[in-house]
Amino acid sequence: MNRVIRKLFSNTTSLIGLILLFIFVLIAIFAPHIAPPLFASDPYQIPRMSWDVRPQPPGFPMSDDIRLIYNSLGQPIVRETAIFGTAQGGYDIFYGLIWGTRTAFRIGIITVTISMIIGVVGGSIAAYFGGWIDELLMRITDIFLSIPFLVAAMVLTTILGRGLDKVMIALVAFGWMGYARVIRGSILCVKEEVFINAARALGVKDFNIIVRHLLPNTIFPVMVQASMNIGSMVITAAALSFLGVGAPLGYADWGQMVSFARNWIVGSPGNAGEYWYAVFFPAIFIVLFVLAWNLVGDTLRDILDPRLRGEL
Amino acid sequence: MLSYIIRRLLILPIILLGVSFLIFCLFSLLSPMERLATYVNNPSVLKNPQAAQNLIAKYHLDDPFPTGYFHWLKSLLRLDFGWSPTANQPVWDAIMQRLPATMELVLYSIIPVIIVGIWLGVISAVHHNDLADQVIRVTAIIGWSLPTFIFGLLVLFIFYGILGWLPPGRLSTWAQYIVYTGDSFNSYTHFITIDALLNGRFDIFWDALKHLIGPIITLSYISWAYLLRITRSSMLDTLRKDYIRTARAKGVDERTVIYLHARKNAMIPVITVAGMMIIGMLGGVVITETVFTYPGLGFWAASSAQQLDYGSVIGFALLFAFIMVIGNLVVDVSYALIDPRVRLE
Repeated sequence: MNRVIRKLFSNTTSLIGLILLFIFVLIAIFAPHIAPPLFASDPYQIPRMSWDVRPQPPGFPMSDDIRLIYNSLGQPIVRETAIFGTAQGGYDIFYGLIWGTRTAFRIGIITVTISMIIGVVGGSIAAYFGGWIDELLMRITDIFLSIPFLVAAMVLTTILGRGLDKVMIALVAFGWMGYARVIRGSILCVKEEVFINAARALGVKDFNIIVRHLLPNTIFPVMVQASMNIGSMVITAAALSFLGVGAPLGYADWGQMVSFARNWIVGSPGNAGEYWYAVFFPAIFIVLFVLAWNLVGDTLRDILDPRLRGEL
Repeated sequence: MLSYIIRRLLILPIILLGVSFLIFCLFSLLSPMERLATYVNNPSVLKNPQAAQNLIAKYHLDDPFPTGYFHWLKSLLRLDFGWSPTANQPVWDAIMQRLPATMELVLYSIIPVIIVGIWLGVISAVHHNDLADQVIRVTAIIGWSLPTFIFGLLVLFIFYGILGWLPPGRLSTWAQYIVYTGDSFNSYTHFITIDALLNGRFDIFWDALKHLIGPIITLSYISWAYLLRITRSSMLDTLRKDYIRTARAKGVDERTVIYLHARKNAMIPVITVAGMMIIGMLGGVVITETVFTYPGLGFWAASSAQQLDYGSVIGFALLFAFIMVIGNLVVDVSYALIDPRVRLE
């Protein structure tokens, strides 16, 4: 374990990944201080700086009619300018991105953890008991794998309706199969080892054999896969928001920020890059976040791949 | 070999049945009334409670789960997928009308992926940990980290917004007029590039190609990053095998070792992955076509999803699942043809 951590920190690419992740964690933790919400009761709703459909450039000050609303409600105006500009509909890009970091962590970690648990439970039962249980569970896995992931998630969110919880349900429902396959493969290899036979001969219960003897020896590849999947889960959630079936309108979510930019990719005649900020800032956040997880995951895989061990 | 293919073919109907059952389970999350909306082409019927009840009974939407599934399956086999308000035509017709555009896009995307991905993967493995390897690896990870919709918007921004080279859509307006309304243009294959050549209209061919390049790049870049990683690790694995050491020890030229001994054997896992990746492109089609407003199946499915046109979305999912199951079968069989060890399991 120490060897793994030392390698992670000594490898340039994974070090960059770790630093990026650390920055994102800081942003998520200190979101209320970096971008204080205008309404503390609902911080995930992106505040609007104007009613204007067109995006407004960085440094745009809050428009008078919005100011009027806050004054009449007796709400103090904590922030006066949109540092990164506003997206379509006057949504503050900076605020959406900062609070969107929390959304991204939530989506990534919750969906990956739950789908990993489902996959590990299913896969280890299939591998340990074998026979018709194995056959049945693996065919169910095949069936779930037969619909392209994004398409399946899109169908389920269309049916369930918009909302972050629904997006997460869809991602978990079609995201557990990879873990089940990996853990099944590793357990099939370890199952016939002498120490498992010894435990069985001593009369250890099946449940204890799986949890105390098999999983500690097989869980690591699954964890690597999980760390690499956090990025792709966040991408898929963002893609769903981009398609308009993900987070509800105005919710602080990176995919939604990009979808706000979609209609403004081509500026006015003679000024093609007029609305560059509407797509640039959200894109940077998503790409760096996913990149960080991938850099760490890629190095982890190289380190833990026994075939490459000793040559790094 | 034959027995292997037969065995695989026997599983096929079971998997197809399972997939249709899964999709029916998703469909059943909707209330009978919402499901009824996918069958009627005149929404005013739904406002009349009595008529709606009759229709629900007619389509067996309120039946117990098993009989409901049975009747739904029967209507699928009659190619009755319901009505699509988004396309304003039956779902099946909508699918058939849009399929060629998507096929044209996907087929043109496969070729560069396979060539570039394998080529770079081999280079990356041979120069393991060299500068070339690091550059290729980091580029691939960055490619892998760029979501399709952001990459697509970037392509659109640079090549359409700034340079004006690659417009969105499938054809320019003048070309649309000739292709869809004129009598002079015959559609043989519904692949516009090929039809244009067959009609001898090079201007239309060029126009269609210009509209295709952006979506092709967007759809395929993620796949080449993936293929590159697989080729690299498979090649690294093969280069450590005993027979490679033997070949080197007996003094075989390094080029021969790499390209003749190692690459051939390293290709076995790559071929499976390449097959699955091409199938995986089907998912990317939705995003790519939406970004470029390319009028194929994916664009239609995305706009149907936004307008809660359940019937179209379900029909689209069924079609893609069907293609994926058949594609997996083809991959497995060709894998067995290449690697005799698979058959003996």
